[in-house]
Amino acid sequence: MNFLKKYLTGWVSPSYLKDNGILCMNKRNGDYISRYNSRSRYPLVDNKLLTKEVVEKAKIAAPKLIDVVRAQYEIEHIAPRLENLDQFVVKPANGSGGKGILVIVARDGEYFVKSSGVRITLSAVERHMTNILSGLHSLGGKPDVAFIETLVHVSDYFADYSYEGVPDIRIIVFKGYPVMGMLRLATHQSDGKANLHQGAVGVGLDLATGKATMAVQHNQRVTHHPDTGQPLEHIEIANWKQLLILAARCFEVTRLGYLGCDIVIDEARGPLILELNARPGLSVQIANGVGLLPRLRCIEALDDLPVSVEERVEFSMAHFATRKTVDTQESLWAEPAPA
Amino acid sequence: MPHRGPFLFLIALLVIGGIGTAVYRHRAFAIPFSPDQAQTVWQVEARVQFAGDGSATNIFLTLPPDQTGFRIVESTRASSGFGYSPAYRDGQPQAHWSKREVLGEQSLFYKLEIVEDGDHVVPAIPPATRTVPSWREPYATASQHLLSMAMPISADGLSLAQQLIQIMSDERGDQNAALLMAEYQTATLLQNLLLAADVPARTVEILTLEDGRRRQDLKTYVEVFQDGSWHLFDPERGEVHERHNLLLWVTDAPSVLDVVGGRNSRVSFSMISAVRPALAVSQEQFGDFGFSLYSLPIAEQGFFKLIMLMPIGALVVVFMRIIVGLKTSGTFMPILIALAFLQTELVPGLVSFLLVVGTGLAIRTYLSELNLLLIARIAVLVLIVIGIITVFSVLSYRLGLIEGLNITFFPMIILAWTIERVSITWEENGPREVAVQVGGSLGVAVLAYLMMSVPLINHLAFNFPELHMVILAIILLLGRYTGYRVMELRRFAAFRSATNEPPAT
Repeated sequence: MNFLKKYLTGWVSPSYLKDNGILCMNKRNGDYISRYNSRSRYPLVDNKLLTKEVVEKAKIAAPKLIDVVRAQYEIEHIAPRLENLDQFVVKPANGSGGKGILVIVARDGEYFVKSSGVRITLSAVERHMTNILSGLHSLGGKPDVAFIETLVHVSDYFADYSYEGVPDIRIIVFKGYPVMGMLRLATHQSDGKANLHQGAVGVGLDLATGKATMAVQHNQRVTHHPDTGQPLEHIEIANWKQLLILAARCFEVTRLGYLGCDIVIDEARGPLILELNARPGLSVQIANGVGLLPRLRCIEALDDLPVSVEERVEFSMAHFATRKTVDTQESLWAEPAPA
Repeated sequence: MPHRGPFLFLIALLVIGGIGTAVYRHRAFAIPFSPDQAQTVWQVEARVQFAGDGSATNIFLTLPPDQTGFRIVESTRASSGFGYSPAYRDGQPQAHWSKREVLGEQSLFYKLEIVEDGDHVVPAIPPATRTVPSWREPYATASQHLLSMAMPISADGLSLAQQLIQIMSDERGDQNAALLMAEYQTATLLQNLLLAADVPARTVEILTLEDGRRRQDLKTYVEVFQDGSWHLFDPERGEVHERHNLLLWVTDAPSVLDVVGGRNSRVSFSMISAVRPALAVSQEQFGDFGFSLYSLPIAEQGFFKLIMLMPIGALVVVFMRIIVGLKTSGTFMPILIALAFLQTELVPGLVSFLLVVGTGLAIRTYLSELNLLLIARIAVLVLIVIGIITVFSVLSYRLGLIEGLNITFFPMIILAWTIERVSITWEENGPREVAVQVGGSLGVAVLAYLMMSVPLINHLAFNFPELHMVILAIILLLGRYTGYRVMELRRFAAFRSATNEPPAT
């Protein structure tokens, strides 16, 4: 009996999800992605090299492109091109889920020092590039292109909040309006990756202020970072509005109506667009404890008049304040009031 | 939805078109909807015998008309030395044999295959006007008397016939009836009495179908036309309601057999019944059903039997992914596995699949250390899969496990890709994700296999390919389903626990 009860609590009714405005996979694919994201624009975000090019052209802040390796023979002559680089990141243009990213934080004589502190030789770097070119990390194993970009110096503010990996902020932008955001913190369990299903911590962010509202790991509420023990309650993203404007501008660049923007905060340069995603996941709803649908519908109900980026961001900040939607509860950090 | 109307119209069109065509073909060609529907097939042999006297001979054998309740599937004849041509006389088909010079005892055979088919309905032809027979005395008076007895206690033609039969069959009955029956054949008498009373009636010759009977004769019955159909009467017992074993042989023609230029002519009937699959029977009658897969050579037919099952597999995959939300490795890989299962049987198929993929994975682990380029890696895997299959086949044959041979039914390229994909998933997302995806794929494959091996589905898919339009409509509808998947009800349970439960400390 107890077992059955425990099992059943692992399920929710469709009406509960509907009442809470949870966007589901089928609806995301059928009513949002396929309707608002034109196929012809997918390559812009699926190919990170293309993303970099258009983002740079539009003067949207992003890590700088240093070099591109397109063919195997180039790798034989890569040594002189890497000579003057102490810190850099090698990425596959068509990688997914953070695969195939090599982060070099320093040089030690012959060796390259990875972010984990491990020293590797030049030939290891070359082999990594060969793997990228052969399509080891790309979707469907297609031959790929490797590119080298500048290393992001994560703002010290996050030093205690992230284990190994780079914390990033995911903003869902719908028709140019930011609709929901979360901060993703890598953990030991997630192996430095910022994917929630791999065990990263997702921190819901209030769209009005950039303050943390609640945090989840493995779909469970948490209050502290599991590795650093740092309380997550007081997180507040600096220059929040500027960050939202950065995300919202990506709509103009890509013309993708339903877009996920991954943003990192560089110590010196501030928020930078790391990558864009035409099929952003749904767990942002769990991290925020709020469903996406009411917000998407709110934007859909607006007139299609051209509105400036600033106006859109102000609209979102005014309408999508997370605390407001849950102000029946004292604070999401406290125990919830009985229903 | 801006295009909802046309979309629903298309769906309706597909469903109606598919089902409509199927029903039409079922009616027109008697293709059964169920695979094990059996039909009783009667083989009736009419044997014509006569003695030729050396002159030119014409033989006309009346054949049963197209009638309600029976379908004539096939007719053959055996008559060496005789010329044959089909003929038609007085609204009935006839077999016409002819020969210039016939001497001695002759036997001609005409064989019919007849199927009992309650769905086969032939509209009744209203009676032609018949001349009312003129009676000689004292029969005229007797018949009037008999009618005046039966008339008051009857309401219409049917009840009049019923009453007349009763009066005539009463042994110690009416003297007039006895008088008439001494003169006339009972059936002819009944017909004439009815005609005299202005009731449309006719005598018919019927054959009683009984398994294994030989040398049967036709019996003369009477039919009365009323309310748009003919009602059959046994002149000795009354109206016949149970007529599934009564075959009308002669309705309008004057006689069953006409031999010109021969003596001692007679016809007798033998019959046997057999129960045969309905499908085979209608195939015999209609050949390849006009435009159907049966017009293909046998080898292609076998191929299409599998192909026509693939939409079922596709439907299962679409359902399991869109409605249930199961993860599979490779979108339609489960269909191909399911098709292989169809040929290997389920358990041997599962075992060999897991064996090959498992062994392949172990070898693939070594390959990943070689840093091969992708295309080369896949090609190597194809060779490895072939190697594994060969070794397993030989090994299991040596050990006396014949099932091992079935491994060859799995498409090798698919196996190679499966190993590659599973191996990458293992490296990138861990064994848990592999278990989820392989489990999901095999689950969907097994479900698709179970669906595909239902005899009814097999039968419908091949014999009514138009029903795939209905499957298409269902898949189109599923493609527009934007509701929650079953697995999401579990996934988003986290939403509830995350928002309603206190944080862990």
